[in-house]
Amino acid sequence: MAGGASSVFIEASTIRELFRKLSEEYPGMEPHIKRGVAVSIGGKIYRDQLDTKLPVSSEIYLLPRVPGG
Amino acid sequence: MPLDQDLEIKKFKVIGTRVRRPDGVDKVTGRARYGADTSAPGQLVALVLRSPHPHAIIKKIDISKAEKLAGVKAIITSADLPDLTNGDRAMLDILENCMARKKVLYDGHAVAAVAAIDATTARAALKLIKVDYQILPHVTDVDEALKPTSPVIHDHIFTDGIEPKPTKASNFNKQAEYGHGDLDAGFAEADVIIEKSYKTEQTHQGYIEPHSCLASVSPDGAAEMWVCTQGHFVYRNQCAALLGLDANKLRVTASEIGGGFGGKTHIWTEPLALALSRKANRPVKLTMSREEVFRCTGPTSSTSIDVKIGAKKDGTITAAFAELRYHGGAFPSNWAEFGAMTTWACYDIKNCKSLSKDAIVNRPKTAAYRAPSAPQSCFAVENTIDEVAKAIGMDPVELRIKNAAKEGTKSSYGPVYGPIGIGATLQAAKNHPHMKAPLAKDTGRGMACGFWFNFGGQTCVDLNVTPDGTITVAVGTMDVGGSRASLALAAAEELGVPYEAVRVIVADTSSLGHNDMTDGSRGTFSSSMAAVFAARNAITILRERAAKTWEIPVDDVEWVDGEAKAKGASRGNLAPLTLKDLAKGAGGTGGPIAGHSEIVADNAGVSFGTHICDAHVDKETGKTTITRYTVIQDAGKAMHPSYVEGQYQGGAAQGIGWALNEEYVYGTNGRLQNAAFLDYRIPVCSDLPMIDTQILEIPNPHHPYGVRGVGETPIVPPLAAVSIAVTNATGVRMHHIPMSPPRILKAIKSAKM
Amino acid sequence: MGAHVNTTINGDAVEFVCAPDESLLDVLRNRIGLTGAKEGCGTGDCGACSVILDGRLVCSCLVLGAEMNGKKLETIEGMADGAKLHPLQQHFIDGAALQCGICTPGFLMAAQALLRKNPDPTEEEIRYGLAGNLCRCTGYDKIVRAVQAAAKEMRG
Repeated sequence: MAGGASSVFIEASTIRELFRKLSEEYPGMEPHIKRGVAVSIGGKIYRDQLDTKLPVSSEIYLLPRVPGG
Repeated sequence: MPLDQDLEIKKFKVIGTRVRRPDGVDKVTGRARYGADTSAPGQLVALVLRSPHPHAIIKKIDISKAEKLAGVKAIITSADLPDLTNGDRAMLDILENCMARKKVLYDGHAVAAVAAIDATTARAALKLIKVDYQILPHVTDVDEALKPTSPVIHDHIFTDGIEPKPTKASNFNKQAEYGHGDLDAGFAEADVIIEKSYKTEQTHQGYIEPHSCLASVSPDGAAEMWVCTQGHFVYRNQCAALLGLDANKLRVTASEIGGGFGGKTHIWTEPLALALSRKANRPVKLTMSREEVFRCTGPTSSTSIDVKIGAKKDGTITAAFAELRYHGGAFPSNWAEFGAMTTWACYDIKNCKSLSKDAIVNRPKTAAYRAPSAPQSCFAVENTIDEVAKAIGMDPVELRIKNAAKEGTKSSYGPVYGPIGIGATLQAAKNHPHMKAPLAKDTGRGMACGFWFNFGGQTCVDLNVTPDGTITVAVGTMDVGGSRASLALAAAEELGVPYEAVRVIVADTSSLGHNDMTDGSRGTFSSSMAAVFAARNAITILRERAAKTWEIPVDDVEWVDGEAKAKGASRGNLAPLTLKDLAKGAGGTGGPIAGHSEIVADNAGVSFGTHICDAHVDKETGKTTITRYTVIQDAGKAMHPSYVEGQYQGGAAQGIGWALNEEYVYGTNGRLQNAAFLDYRIPVCSDLPMIDTQILEIPNPHHPYGVRGVGETPIVPPLAAVSIAVTNATGVRMHHIPMSPPRILKAIKSAKM
Repeated sequence: MGAHVNTTINGDAVEFVCAPDESLLDVLRNRIGLTGAKEGCGTGDCGACSVILDGRLVCSCLVLGAEMNGKKLETIEGMADGAKLHPLQQHFIDGAALQCGICTPGFLMAAQALLRKNPDPTEEEIRYGLAGNLCRCTGYDKIVRAVQAAAKEMRG
């Protein structure tokens, strides 16, 4: 999706900016982001709060949005 | 007042007490109204014609004779549900599941629906509809579906997650991989390597209330729907989109819900009822039969899982690998991927990996079932861990404690954990009297731990102060098992009023903003957070009104124990203003008093539980009896302990049923053979012992009261705990669940050979 | 041809006409407006439609409405004494013996029938007495305890 890479470096200050830059640099990611992904920052999972600030030099994981019962 | 999601440690007045639920009297007197318990003037009865074939092309549907039958008011096929999804394939899949389009994809797939003046007429009309099918080869087994020789169900599915992307369509819709480290190096370090394969069969949520809705569409495009659902806002959004209605004109009211467990998070017949109502210009009631619930709603995946674990003699797990194959029924899904994310989540393993393969089969669309996908992977992993413990001669609890994830562990699915409860539940299990109790003959003990993500999501709460000073609270997240009591507790706690002074209702879709469904164990977690914030907002207004009344600055007013008090020595002569006083005077101080809260309750915090099970196996008949069962789980903070215990007990019972009896049986003709409670046997009262619970409270740092979701995790460990107990009772490892008597006898027999 | 039926429901004389193949459950729910009995299966497997017919616990989905002439029927709607809940009803609320509540009317009817026959049942007798009723939410633990507590109170 990201040209075969499993991790990439992106400069961004919020989740919204991260998503925008990811979509621009790796168009393969865009449909996944549009469909909905969750973001893990420092172990906390965010599904909706796109304004969330990204800490400096943080490792961010994009995860599928898990459904529940 | 800042609305801070973070935990405040304080002494509670009413939170944690076992109050009577507000809907209790209605539910013990038969007054509570569920999906099928309401009717509208002039309503019609709707029934659905369903495919008897698991896979076939619909060549022609002839409704001409049925249309002429007296009393038939409308008949619809897919032609009445045009594709308005504008390229959104996921929405088109939902529509196609509600009503077959060019092909039927499973036994029970809807092909037409009828609305008539009564059920007798509707049944007669179904018999007059002629469908011309061209039968296609089918596949119902997950491993068979992944083979290149399998009949291909959708010609637009090319495996996601494999690069380069395949150019040939197949039933293998997605591959994904999670984990970290170097597996080869890890296995090279191991003293013992255990490699096993497991299978689990398809189960149904088994809620006692069949799906039912009452839909009414007016010629001006306004519509109403009464329906049993876990998420009326989501039903509203999806039905409106699929039928081309404006969302604001479709008012959906959630009935009381007779169980859901994930099965009522998807729409099934609701768009059909709306389309029939629109065509007939009359209200339409559509209630599924139990057979339809089994054949045509959303059971869980059946699975096939391989696990390989390497460990040192001291118990350190050096490497772990799993391949998980799940199916989504007749549509593409991520269920195996979610299974892969949960696979190693309880453990801190240096080198671990899980590989998921999602398949499509000719079975009904898989839906979420309580911690979806986790029980199956837990079953495979925990049995293998148990085998490792036996191989190195270590106590299985000690082995788990040694390898348990903790704060700071990089989880197998990526994130690093914050404060978590896995270690605490394992320690509690180790010290539990159940662990040391003597065992009767032919009885084995098993223990297992499990994980679920939990989540929060979009939530609205409106809190209103009535003119007499009592409180109404309206919430948009459906109450599936007692959350109205917890919300009333939260509002009472904040406002400093008695629990009885607060009345909570679930509001319809026209009364509040969008709310997510009650899923992901989010109901009480999210709604109580919103209720706390709504109450705090109301308190701000109450203080302002007191300040106006006294003509003093608002900063000099504090809210204490349900009253406004003026601060400062000079104001000692001002008698406190009670909620009742302020409510009575509201008209003169600015009008009605209310507090609102619209939030995204992210950061729910992951959940862990450990279960202990004693199982007696009759080696002559193969019958298993659970003789003792204990659930230990972290609740963060139990707002209403009785209902937390109830979630633990209910989840365990469902897991025990899954482990021992429940199973979808498909014939070679691809038809479901046991679509009834008589043949799909869920646990009854005489099958179970009392289920002991131990609630641990390790506060969630991201909820004002420390609450964690508790609903789903209790179904995760039972498949493993019960099967390990059976293994210890019989001396034979059980690789295939449910462990029905014939399967146990076969396993015992083949072990003797 | 409809069947013309005169019967007694919760002490009240009731008259209705129903189709010959119509179940008592459908008559109660669709003709008389008593929706407390629920249809969970329609095949007598779940017990959600339990009622007491001439003193006997039955699944109302397995009885025909036309058979009701001259019979005495008790349903969940008649269990409380006016505003005063029956001890079983009160203990189900106090003991959190219901979650979704759809099976509750059936369980209360079954427990009522059991305690009339056996006012001091053992746990095992309660479990077998309620084995015809399915509950998917509670795991039965709190239901059994509520019946035990109500039985104790009713024995005085």
